[in-house]
Amino acid sequence: MPKDGGIGASSKRREDVRFLTGVGNYTDDINVNGQAYVYFLRSDMAHGTLNSVDTSAASAMPGVVRVFTATDFEGVGSIPCGWQVTDKHGAPMQEPAHPVLATGKVRHVGEPIAAVVAETLEQARDAAEAIVVDITELPAVVDMKAALASGATKVHDDLENNLCYDWGFVEENKAATDAAFEAAAHVTTLELVNNRLVANPMEPRVAVGDYSRGTDEHTLYTTSQNPHVIRLLMGAFVLGIPEHKLRVVAPDVGGGFGTKIFHYQEEAFCTFAAKACNRAVKWTSSRTEAFISDAHGRDHVTKIELALDAENNFTALRTETHANMGAYLSTFAPSVPTWLHGTLMAGNYKTPLIYVNVKAVFTNTVPVDAYRGAGRPEATFQLERVVDKAARELGVDPIALRRQNFITEFPYATPVAVEYDTGDYHATMDKLEEMIDRSGFDARRAESEKNGKLRGLGVNCYIEACGIAPSNLVGQLGARAGLYESATVRVNATGGLVVMTGSHSHGQGHETSFAQVVAEMIGIDENMIEIVHGDTSKVPMGMGTYGSRSIAVGGSAMVRATEKIINKAKKIASHLLEASEADIELKDGAFSVAGTDKSVAWGDVTLAAYVPHNYPLEDIEPGLEETAFYDPSNFTYPSGAYACEVEVDPDTGKVSIERFAAADDFGNIINPMIVTGQVHGGLAQGIGQALLENCAYDENGQLLSASYMEYAMPRADDLPMFDVDHSCQTPCTHNPLGVKGCGEAGAIGSPPAVVNAVVDALQSAGKDVTHVDMPLSPDRVWEAMQ
Amino acid sequence: MYNFDVVKPERIADAVKELSDSSESQPLGGGQTLIPTLKQRLASPDKLVSLSAIPEMKGVCAGDDGSVCIGGATTHATVAAEASAYPALAATAAHIGDPAVRNRGTIGGSLANNDPSACYPAAALASGATIVTNAREIAADDYFQGMFTTALDEGEIITEVRFPVPEKANYQKFVQPASRFALVGVYVAKYADGVRVAITGASNDGVFRWAEAEAALSANFSADALDGLSLSGDDMISDLHGTGAYRAHLCAVMTKRAVAAAA
Repeated sequence: MPKDGGIGASSKRREDVRFLTGVGNYTDDINVNGQAYVYFLRSDMAHGTLNSVDTSAASAMPGVVRVFTATDFEGVGSIPCGWQVTDKHGAPMQEPAHPVLATGKVRHVGEPIAAVVAETLEQARDAAEAIVVDITELPAVVDMKAALASGATKVHDDLENNLCYDWGFVEENKAATDAAFEAAAHVTTLELVNNRLVANPMEPRVAVGDYSRGTDEHTLYTTSQNPHVIRLLMGAFVLGIPEHKLRVVAPDVGGGFGTKIFHYQEEAFCTFAAKACNRAVKWTSSRTEAFISDAHGRDHVTKIELALDAENNFTALRTETHANMGAYLSTFAPSVPTWLHGTLMAGNYKTPLIYVNVKAVFTNTVPVDAYRGAGRPEATFQLERVVDKAARELGVDPIALRRQNFITEFPYATPVAVEYDTGDYHATMDKLEEMIDRSGFDARRAESEKNGKLRGLGVNCYIEACGIAPSNLVGQLGARAGLYESATVRVNATGGLVVMTGSHSHGQGHETSFAQVVAEMIGIDENMIEIVHGDTSKVPMGMGTYGSRSIAVGGSAMVRATEKIINKAKKIASHLLEASEADIELKDGAFSVAGTDKSVAWGDVTLAAYVPHNYPLEDIEPGLEETAFYDPSNFTYPSGAYACEVEVDPDTGKVSIERFAAADDFGNIINPMIVTGQVHGGLAQGIGQALLENCAYDENGQLLSASYMEYAMPRADDLPMFDVDHSCQTPCTHNPLGVKGCGEAGAIGSPPAVVNAVVDALQSAGKDVTHVDMPLSPDRVWEAMQ
Repeated sequence: MYNFDVVKPERIADAVKELSDSSESQPLGGGQTLIPTLKQRLASPDKLVSLSAIPEMKGVCAGDDGSVCIGGATTHATVAAEASAYPALAATAAHIGDPAVRNRGTIGGSLANNDPSACYPAAALASGATIVTNAREIAADDYFQGMFTTALDEGEIITEVRFPVPEKANYQKFVQPASRFALVGVYVAKYADGVRVAITGASNDGVFRWAEAEAALSANFSADALDGLSLSGDDMISDLHGTGAYRAHLCAVMTKRAVAAAA
């Protein structure tokens, strides 16, 4: 029987009422009395020396409040990077300065050179056209391997070269890994590209800076997944504003997908300009600006090799990746191809030796950072592609080869430094096989062939590390932040309560699922619980939402705080019931004395806490409000098995996805409907990457796919009805809810299934095709068949 | 966008006068290309002359010679709904863009713009349509003069398009995945005096007729008649979504499919 509330119930998303009826409060809905508007003049050149920026004519234009250039930001800090990677020789990565406005050079199309603050946006734009910029064009650094050639043009003149870092992991395993390849019975090699993507949240970025001269307080309203992180990075490292004078608010946010984690120049600019102009300053990104200023995702070029023994056991894995950083280091960029990627290279398999090399490269392109999955899709894609290729080379069943090499005993310490606490990869594969009607595939293929189409089946597994992360561990790995989460539970006198969580909901449905957890714990109606997030003036220091961490880390903090509340409430109840605290039980919103019919309602206890007339004042304080910070002891490891069935039109190369099945193990589940929705969204983005999305630059560093006319987003009719199951549940062993996280799985697990399926289809027609690079657009598939 | 005036005349003559009053004025059909261009500040007309309030430029009717006559300011949605006398044309209109585009975009606007990937130019050229303006009648074969280029003079307005109704016709569009404009679109129309094949999306010179295919199909209207025929990809568009060679290949595939589907 499905539950009608609490943990495990498919409660309808309460926040959707305001989103769907147009009464949400997004950042662009925020207008401060007297605000001015900013328009950024952005570079249309990928690389050039900035000789001069003449703003004299622009400053005199109608409505102009002030025109800013880099000289206005002398003494202001660099946009900081939040993660320092150490290279394979033990040296820190090369870390260039990242100015708010271009200084000395422009380094990518879209980099802001100047900013006009004016009474209206149109006036700001008019004036921006009157700014005279003198740039001497330099050769653009676009191709990563060319960027590393000796004598290559440097993106940053003050750095040694364009190599951010050369990372080896685990360096101590390299020799043994190489030796295992020497001894291998079979080696499968694959070179592939993980295509660059633009996140494209439905809501573009917005920043509104406000400043009160009376109190010297700054407020930034911004489209962020983590307002406290922005407050810390911008306040401490860029503008020098102490946290108690800086409030950051991220209200309703219309999708993030990673690209709204990072601290961007526009946020610092609006905050700075609000004080400089003594009035609020608002920036709303256009869609065109989003393409050239939101951090992009992925963009890896990889060679992966898998060694097998004569019995087809995986004996070693070796992979070499060039990872594009773009022109500057975005907030978490260095961590994505390293600690979020190399640590996942074991996948679901007990490969004993693994060596990962990553060269991160500066180019004259938009910065690249985390995008849904962040490193884990790149790891999964190459691993699951090379395993599939190996199966085909060896003539063995791809599922059987995977099963043979599955990790089956937990906890399992991988050779790439992480320990999987729990999982059951055979169970998700069993479930998947049940879902996909594999025995009926041959008949479906025959039917497709009758219609002149090629049919293929692709299967893959995935594992990801979510719930980032133990602060002491990530500190050792170079993170410049802790990765705990916080929650304050404030119970009101009449029994309703507010949870102020450091997690941030930008589509995930926290207002519903978080409330379900507290409702279950106390036994009260979900509607008595309000979830508040996204405002540094209300919520304790929190680290925000990314890496599928909200329920695992933020939810755990909320559970801890609620436990404190319950413990205190029990003390109050024991006083009211004149019973021993040890005998007090909380059930269905009432405290009772075990073995008796004596009880007191939740509301009576909360009222007593705030009207403490009959109250143990000598033992406990009045009030009922508790805060907890939760720092996880490990990552969580969701896993699963996915299958895709495609039809390929051999005449045009067009791929159509006929069936898609996902069997996931997310551990315990709070709201199955929301989990299903998260998987659907992830699958749409993963299939988008596999079939459609292609962020491409030309050799001059011009973005070819800078609008929806050229950048193909997945539409509903590109996607099949998804068959999603999450009944396989091995609960996480180290967090109080036993949850693992589900936000990224779909995007991580789906691209290899699609490509494996297309390769299967093409090979069924006798085509000697072992790989096609994503996106598998019709022209690429057709070319591969020729 | 920059500032401009908008006028909305109700008669063709008034529209022509408004356009001739200023060299920087521009006619506005459904605005599906012009408005985005203005928003990007890529055009700066001082006056837009809207053609959407002129009753005599709207609607679908039958000509004395049996042709289907469509007012220049008729939306794609109206053509889709009302051009039932020419089903292939109605079907073509029904698949241009999305519902919002079809409810605003007009046939005159599309033909005047002559986007190299638009659908209507292929329909008009394959149908041997007559482009009627405020000043003259232009045969489709004379009208399309290359990418975004037509025989229209400055200030000349398409008031009507006349389509002779073929015995059979079909339009096959292979969409570019992002814009869903035609990566290659082939319109085949079979008339008593021969078959016409017009291709959009492929060529650097805009919509064109495929003479070899027309000859083969005029002799034998079947997909098999096209076996062995191919176009060169050398002068075809090569971009993110396909090379010239790929487009040339698609031209042959889509032509066959159009013939097979023609009704």
